[in-house]
Amino acid sequence: MKPPPFEYHAPSTVAEALDLLATLEDAKVLAGGQSLIPLLNFRLASPAHLVDINGIAELDYIQERDGGVAIGAGARQSDVEEDKTVRRICPLLAQALGQVAHPVIRNRGTVCGSLAHADPAAELPAVLLAAGGEVVARSVRGERRIAAEDFFKGVFDSALRPDELLVEAWFPATPGPVALVEESRRHGDFALAGAVRSGDRLALFGVAPTPVLADPADPTRGLTPSGDLEATPAFRLHLVEVLVRKAFAS
Amino acid sequence: MIRVNGVERPGPTSVRLLLSDYVRHELGLTGTHVGCEHGVCGCCTVLLDGRPVRSCLMLAVQAGRHEVTTIEGLAGEGELHPIQRAFHECHALQCGFCTPGFVLAVAGLLAKHPHPSETEIDEGISGNLCRCTGYASIRRAVQRAAELTG
Repeated sequence: MKPPPFEYHAPSTVAEALDLLATLEDAKVLAGGQSLIPLLNFRLASPAHLVDINGIAELDYIQERDGGVAIGAGARQSDVEEDKTVRRICPLLAQALGQVAHPVIRNRGTVCGSLAHADPAAELPAVLLAAGGEVVARSVRGERRIAAEDFFKGVFDSALRPDELLVEAWFPATPGPVALVEESRRHGDFALAGAVRSGDRLALFGVAPTPVLADPADPTRGLTPSGDLEATPAFRLHLVEVLVRKAFAS
Repeated sequence: MIRVNGVERPGPTSVRLLLSDYVRHELGLTGTHVGCEHGVCGCCTVLLDGRPVRSCLMLAVQAGRHEVTTIEGLAGEGELHPIQRAFHECHALQCGFCTPGFVLAVAGLLAKHPHPSETEIDEGISGNLCRCTGYASIRRAVQRAAELTG
């Protein structure tokens, strides 16, 4: 078997899930699984417990709220992408989802799961940051709203505490010009670098340990991207210049 | 119990079993092919409540609430589904390893876009890798399948 041993829990309510997260040592939340299951298959992750939230019906929603859209932790990326309310209020999110992996992955992957995973090269964390959205983290201790600026802490690291469940992401309306432009070696791959525009706001991804806000007039200021086999730091900086120019050309 | 191709089957013997390994090893449905086992190649695609998903990126135990369709369940015994017929007619397969995944991904694509544009076809099959035919004949097969089903 590919995944390492774990104990499996399938709560049917948020309250049950929070109780499990409060009491279990070394538990990991399983949402769409499109990042976590590969990590398990490679045995890069070996949590003692998996708390599967897919059976929690109350988390499966997409709602217009407070001048934006609230996305429950159960909502699949493909459903959010096609949702009429999302398209009307937050076209940036709908447009960005079209560039997240492939349709078959989006059928299973969730928006909130991508945010909690906090991959620095992923689109959705940068969209939340550019749009100025926030997430709702709940635990048996209570609930807190965390702004995107305070949520992403490092590579695969967020402000979520071990006993907290990311129950909802809230994206404000993006009425101004929006764009998500990225450069990847193959369609659907994680980007070498990417830029998200929401009105005058700009967020970059793939060029720092977290998505970062940047000045559209001088987007590479202070950036020290890492290099790898696919792109050198200098090439990533060059991409940022080009991508930001494209994003603000329209 | 898990409902696979319309039949209730006993659930997996371990919670660690991936859906792909469950259908192959515990149900003997070896039409679901296993390539990369981390969600890149698309060979293990199955339908979950009619929507294509990667069976290597799901635990079998998670399928209990859903209807699973593998390539064996797409058409009746001895029959070809219109998508399978289109792949046959258009020579959209060579070794056949990727074909079950492609056929089921196309089933999902056509369910959403019965008359897909070229862009929609490319997007629809973008998550599946074929290492021998190239993709030109597969694109043609998708168009042919749309004619046959439309």
